[in-house]
Amino acid sequence: MLSKRNLKAVVVGAMLAIGVASAFAQEAGKVLRVVPQSDLKILDPIWTTAFITRNHGYAVYDTLFGVDEQGKVKPQMVDKYTTSADGKTWTFTLRKGLEFHDGKPVTSEDVLASLKRWGQRDGLGQKMYAALDKAEAVDANSFKLVFKDTFGMVLDALSKPSSNPPFIMPARVAATPPDKQIDDATGSGPYIFKKDEYRPGEKIVYLKNTKYVPRAEAPSGTAGGKNVYVDRMEWVILKDAQTQANALANGEVDMIEWLPPEQYTALKGNTSITVDNPIPKGSFALHLNHVIPPFDNPKIAQAAIMAINQEALMRAQMVHKELYNSCASVYPCGTIFASDKTGYFTGKPQFEKAKALLKDAGYDGKPVVLMYPADFALLNKFPPVMAQLLKQAGFNVDMQSMDWPTLVTRRAKKDPVDKGGWNLFITGWGIADNMNPMFYAPLTGNGEKGWFGWATDEKLEQLKSDFLATADEPRRKELATAIQQRVYDTGIYAPIGEYKPLTAYRKAAVSGVVRSPVAVFWNIKKN
Amino acid sequence: MPAGEAIVEPLPPPRRRSLLKRILADWSVRVGGGVLMLLVLISLAAPWLGTIDPTAIDPGSGNLLPGTRGEFNSLAGDTFEHLFVMGTDSLGRDIWSRTLYGARVSLTVGVSVAVLAVVFGMLVGLLGGYFRRLDSAIMRLMDGVMAIPGILFAISLVALFGGKLLTVVVAIAVPEIPRVARLVRSVVLTVREEPYVEAAIALDTPTWKILVRHILPNAVAPLIIQATYVCASAILVEAILSFLGVGLPADMATWGNIMAEGRAQFNQFPHNVLFPGIFLALTVLAVNILGDGLRDTLDPKFNKRGG
Amino acid sequence: MLIFLARRILSTVPVLVIVALIVFLMLRLAPGDPAAAIVGDSGTSENIAKVREQLGLNESLPVQFVRWSGRLLQGNLGESYFMKKTVVELIGQRIEPTVSLAAVTLVVTILVAVPLGVVAAWRHGGWLDRMLMGFSVMGFSIPAFVIGYVLIWIFALHLQWLPVQGYQRLSQGPLPWIKHLILPSITLSIIYVALIARVTRAAVAEAMTEDYIRTARAKGISEKRVLMRHALANAAIPIVTVIGIGIALLIGGVVVTETVFAIPGLGQLTVDAVLSRDFPLIQGITLFFSVVYVLVNLLIDLSYLVFDPRIRY
Repeated sequence: MLSKRNLKAVVVGAMLAIGVASAFAQEAGKVLRVVPQSDLKILDPIWTTAFITRNHGYAVYDTLFGVDEQGKVKPQMVDKYTTSADGKTWTFTLRKGLEFHDGKPVTSEDVLASLKRWGQRDGLGQKMYAALDKAEAVDANSFKLVFKDTFGMVLDALSKPSSNPPFIMPARVAATPPDKQIDDATGSGPYIFKKDEYRPGEKIVYLKNTKYVPRAEAPSGTAGGKNVYVDRMEWVILKDAQTQANALANGEVDMIEWLPPEQYTALKGNTSITVDNPIPKGSFALHLNHVIPPFDNPKIAQAAIMAINQEALMRAQMVHKELYNSCASVYPCGTIFASDKTGYFTGKPQFEKAKALLKDAGYDGKPVVLMYPADFALLNKFPPVMAQLLKQAGFNVDMQSMDWPTLVTRRAKKDPVDKGGWNLFITGWGIADNMNPMFYAPLTGNGEKGWFGWATDEKLEQLKSDFLATADEPRRKELATAIQQRVYDTGIYAPIGEYKPLTAYRKAAVSGVVRSPVAVFWNIKKN
Repeated sequence: MPAGEAIVEPLPPPRRRSLLKRILADWSVRVGGGVLMLLVLISLAAPWLGTIDPTAIDPGSGNLLPGTRGEFNSLAGDTFEHLFVMGTDSLGRDIWSRTLYGARVSLTVGVSVAVLAVVFGMLVGLLGGYFRRLDSAIMRLMDGVMAIPGILFAISLVALFGGKLLTVVVAIAVPEIPRVARLVRSVVLTVREEPYVEAAIALDTPTWKILVRHILPNAVAPLIIQATYVCASAILVEAILSFLGVGLPADMATWGNIMAEGRAQFNQFPHNVLFPGIFLALTVLAVNILGDGLRDTLDPKFNKRGG
Repeated sequence: MLIFLARRILSTVPVLVIVALIVFLMLRLAPGDPAAAIVGDSGTSENIAKVREQLGLNESLPVQFVRWSGRLLQGNLGESYFMKKTVVELIGQRIEPTVSLAAVTLVVTILVAVPLGVVAAWRHGGWLDRMLMGFSVMGFSIPAFVIGYVLIWIFALHLQWLPVQGYQRLSQGPLPWIKHLILPSITLSIIYVALIARVTRAAVAEAMTEDYIRTARAKGISEKRVLMRHALANAAIPIVTVIGIGIALLIGGVVVTETVFAIPGLGQLTVDAVLSRDFPLIQGITLFFSVVYVLVNLLIDLSYLVFDPRIRY
């Protein structure tokens, strides 16, 4: 039996122990806690175009070239490069001291293997490799690309900022067939992926790569010096927008990568929080599946596109007028290739015309499956609105809930709907993705080799090849417009509107967020 | 009841008229039943209580505060004036309308689950209690089903077979069956030994007649009581499933769905979660109180089981 | 005594077999091809056929069940479709938060519910009794997530006493650990307290009417001792029984509470698994929880021996 005296001693002892233990529980070093836009389940940024994986890629990998804030290509891993007189041979020399996280140096063998794998998945990469005669190492530190004919976008390709960027991996990892996902996240980037602390659904941990040698220039876009000023970066998975905002307000996390618009006014009004706009612009698009009915019929695809009401869709998702605008062009409005020659597409709903098209094309009334990423705060307001718009246009709709990583996996299926396939989904892109038709991953017409949706349109592919073959600006503009028209005629996809992506972070704790077309985490200082 | 006077009566088959009067006189039955009636009436009268299409979206009217009067521009193109009694959700859907129509769903699910659980539980319990050879196997099966936590079972079934109304009802009902079965079985076991049953058996009465005429009436009261508790629990479970995103389709107006949608902005616009939450709590409370009242009047011995 | 123990323990085996059967059937009857789901994007028919072979999906159902149970007994619960880790590994990673939450909740519940029930029984029929029982009915009528959000609003956001979300592992220090568990465990315990307070009240009230209580009172023993040593001790069995049954409630509640408070435990893992249709994971977690339930009830049955020496099976 514990006597009263003994009991007191035990209690006091316990409290002391708790106090001491708490003191020892302090973490060493600076930790940056970020809430990422979604859970990270796929670690292969070449297999998927999902931005969360791309962001992971920018943390652990490095690229040959980067793009600065003005859109100019700047060397990153490359030290210098030369072009032959006829423009068909490009020779690159790597910087000294580039090492992978396992201590092995980065060699041209690694570079070539990585580029080859990227070239099998990425649209622009495919075009580049089709135009390539040979790609070979000159020595351990330099390599050359020899083209059959002048390829106008070599540097654009090697510096491609968004999905898929040509990240450089060790040759042994890049040997993985491109339709299989890698499971080794060794790279040469400024952060190291901490595999033993990787808990999908909970936390993803990165450590500072102390051996990384950043360039001397200031960071700008994806170019410049990638200095890391924290010791550890943790991506804390919080699915609920309210929980994210609460956690930021309370100091439990430092930064929300992509702020859901519904928290915009609340956090803007909070004086300890900065709401920032480091990625200038983004857009959303409705993507259709062309290998299974009914959208294998272009008329039905057009009918679905005619149901789009950009104002309603954007208002539902972005809420505040200053955060969005309509734009009927497939290119960002205000950029060089944007054009108002959009054919039947106006961004405003045309229900009667759509119904007529459906009748004409003999739509059988089978429900179209619209994938709905219920947990993804940046996309989850579109599907309910789109479903109703499609219904007004005469479609039957089956809106299926799932989480975002599931959607990303499921959109790879070409099966019919009753075997787990899909017909439509909506996703977001950055200005870096669609400002140039050669960059935009979903703009493919080469069927099953193309991006999810797998539209077949030979004319489109021809136009893209023509675009690559010329450097003449006016001619390029013409071709870009023609490409836009093909997109609408075949009904490959359609833009839903443009928006300003927002980031929020604690004013006192975080500084140095880089202006860049993609989310990057170097240069951030934590107090 | 004064302490020291525990009179435990054997349960006779209920006689209709005086029992009904007793039931209706009980305070809990009146309150619980009354509120429930009111809810049923409101949900049936939904189209005439200032509601609009509960699935109609108007992004321009998003997040309106309760009591706002405004213009609703539907996606189909028509416009009209409307008083948003309980405000709107982020897509501009009227919460008052969604809550009232949602009551239909919740009540339907609750009653369907109760009926399903009671019917199947009764069958299983009768079989197990009366036919000794089947008893052991049936009870093991029921133990097995009870071992799987109800919510997990329901979630798994919905994950496997999709979120249709029937699936959800079955998914919620199945985990409730073992308890009902046990209840019926224990009644059967007790009644089976009664002299009049033995007499009936001696007279060669067909089994089904024995079951229906003699045994079943004794189970009616506990079954009704259990049914109300099952109904209350089912309404809650449906809301939880929808809240987690694994229940009825997201565009359907159910209380759980409304709350799930409102989660994202609870701090600024708590009305999304609080209004349906209050309705949910009231409904479940009413059913639970009704159950308590029925239990008090129909079977005082029941005080042992906590519900 | 030993025979009783052995019998009781053995009786859990058929229950576990039935649970395994139910879980196995649930997943085998699911629409869709598990092999295709595993193979994923590179869905060539040879790959899918190979995986079907590997998983033994071409065999008859009983053979599949035997094979699957065999693997189960070896501790192999399969591999998650999406997270590239074994189910056992994932459960291992997420178990600490859930167990912590459940343990703290259980402690809170017993500390609150039993005294409440005893007081209500003591003042049986009085206004205190009615009020307490009224609160108890409300306790299991209001959904846990509403309670959770309201608590977060008041205590985390306005008063800023406690964190809004998350979980701190015990290895990071006991103080942050308990701080993160206070609001979630209160949320989770409310329905449990409601249930147990009711049962305690009923059991104690019933015990109070027994003859031996009258005897004790006649002997002059104080009311407090009468309550504690005699009534409560005899009421222990029904109370403990309900705690066992309530474990099922607790497990269900854990799923919701972890979602509201963003606690990375088994409950959240379940929701994730369901949203991504990750069947091996769903299967593994369901099995795990069921086994826990069976074992807890076994322990409770065995604890009867402590509470009532009269029990012999």
